Amino acid sequence: MTKFNAWNVIKNGLNGQSYWTRQWRDPEPKSSYDVVIIGGGLHGLATAYYLAKNHNIKNVAVLEKGWIGGGNAGRNTTIVRSNYMMPGNHEFYEHSLKLWENLSHELNYNVMFSQRAHVSLFHSPGAKDSVSRIYNIMRLHGTDAELWDLKTLKKKIPHLNYHNSRFPILGAAVQKRAGNARHDAVAWGYARAADTLGVDILQNCEVTGFTRKNGNIESIQTSRGIIKGKKIGFAVAGNTSVLWQMAELGNLPIESHKLQAFVSEAVKPLLDQVVVYGVGGAHFYISQSDKGSMVFGGDLDWYKSYAQRGNLPMVQDVAEAAMAIFPSLGRIRLLRHWAGVMDMTMDGSFFICKTPISNLYLNAGWNYGGFKASPASGWYFADLIANESPHNYVQNHNLERFEKGINIDERGAGPDPKLHG
Amino acid sequence: MIRINCPYCGERDHSEFSYGGDATINYPSLDASEKEWTEAIFFRKNIKGFQFETWHHSNGCRMWLVVERSTVTHEIKSVKPCHPDLQKVVENNK
Repeated sequence: MTKFNAWNVIKNGLNGQSYWTRQWRDPEPKSSYDVVIIGGGLHGLATAYYLAKNHNIKNVAVLEKGWIGGGNAGRNTTIVRSNYMMPGNHEFYEHSLKLWENLSHELNYNVMFSQRAHVSLFHSPGAKDSVSRIYNIMRLHGTDAELWDLKTLKKKIPHLNYHNSRFPILGAAVQKRAGNARHDAVAWGYARAADTLGVDILQNCEVTGFTRKNGNIESIQTSRGIIKGKKIGFAVAGNTSVLWQMAELGNLPIESHKLQAFVSEAVKPLLDQVVVYGVGGAHFYISQSDKGSMVFGGDLDWYKSYAQRGNLPMVQDVAEAAMAIFPSLGRIRLLRHWAGVMDMTMDGSFFICKTPISNLYLNAGWNYGGFKASPASGWYFADLIANESPHNYVQNHNLERFEKGINIDERGAGPDPKLHG
Repeated sequence: MIRINCPYCGERDHSEFSYGGDATINYPSLDASEKEWTEAIFFRKNIKGFQFETWHHSNGCRMWLVVERSTVTHEIKSVKPCHPDLQKVVENNK
């Protein structure tokens, strides 16, 4: 694997780009591995990378039923932030943000992480109080957070609709270190870095069944043959229940819902921040990609579904929210829209935990927030698999928290998965 | 758009309805164990394929319905009133 550096760029520039090697191998599956991660999304790839990097476990395979970056890794709106308040969550997401800040150097791959600020508009005095509480909790834990009054906001983003009489903009809660990144580059960067450390990335390798022995999972049946793993990790958010039931483990506190994202045609620079029309208003988030496209999204489709395609009422809903907050988008044309399948959990928080099977570990339940979480998710999932006990930050992110009554419910929305957006 | 054939109102767009959730949950008795209650409230089959689920015709007749729908193709096989007695009334009126 050729490193990306100035010398190699110049050398290849002078030689017709002929010395670059492929970015990761396409190996044949070995018969057994120390750790098999099922799911080659951002979380699975990051887990494999940190297993090799932090824990020196390099005999690792990542099984992906499709191709790297083809699932939810390529279906998100690429927002990275750490504005969480619940114990466990804020430490976890803050660590994730810190990993993002150095990720391009860490992976020797430009993930185009842009700390352009995450601006959550608020629209009522109640919403201001509520979001101030959350952002004060963030400050107390050392995360950056601030409030912008209307004067500051108008200076920073002059073209918002400041005359919306139903949801007047009163100001914004802002996290300046937040922003977005290039989703494909994150998947490819982790895949390339993990591969360099010896991890086998097995694409087009769908899991079809498990063979149990003495209570453990002994081997995995896949479309590319039988693969043994001493330890096995699930990182297949969206389809977690399907694998869980394949392993005969029963029910999970998860429902699969679909969330749409939208991309417009490219326009000249229009928006410098990630803007969220969400606190006491509608639910809408928008940013501009480096190519110039407006990238935005809204609510779930509101009914359970495994279909990776969106429905039209939500297209209309999102378009209405866009017009309410950014009337200047009125003539812009939509280029594409698509849907990804989310693990929506009963309290809106994730799972990085052990399971009833002693050599099986679970990484699931990312709701809306999987993209920003991927570095820390890989970090703590690798830590759990290597050390066989959860780190303090994720000690309550398990399946037992519901029975114990220690739900990690940021929104206080209760046990209805679709409400945790 | 999914079209739901409401037994009271006829076929309507799904945007008139609100999705409820799994229609097959059996709530345990009040003195059942915490484990049983946790299962009933928090744990789901999350079926990939046909499932029974509740929908509320919130912008229509405001009745609760049980819909058998595929969570992969969104195809609907059947729509019935939630309450079995109302099901009898609907059938008698046919």
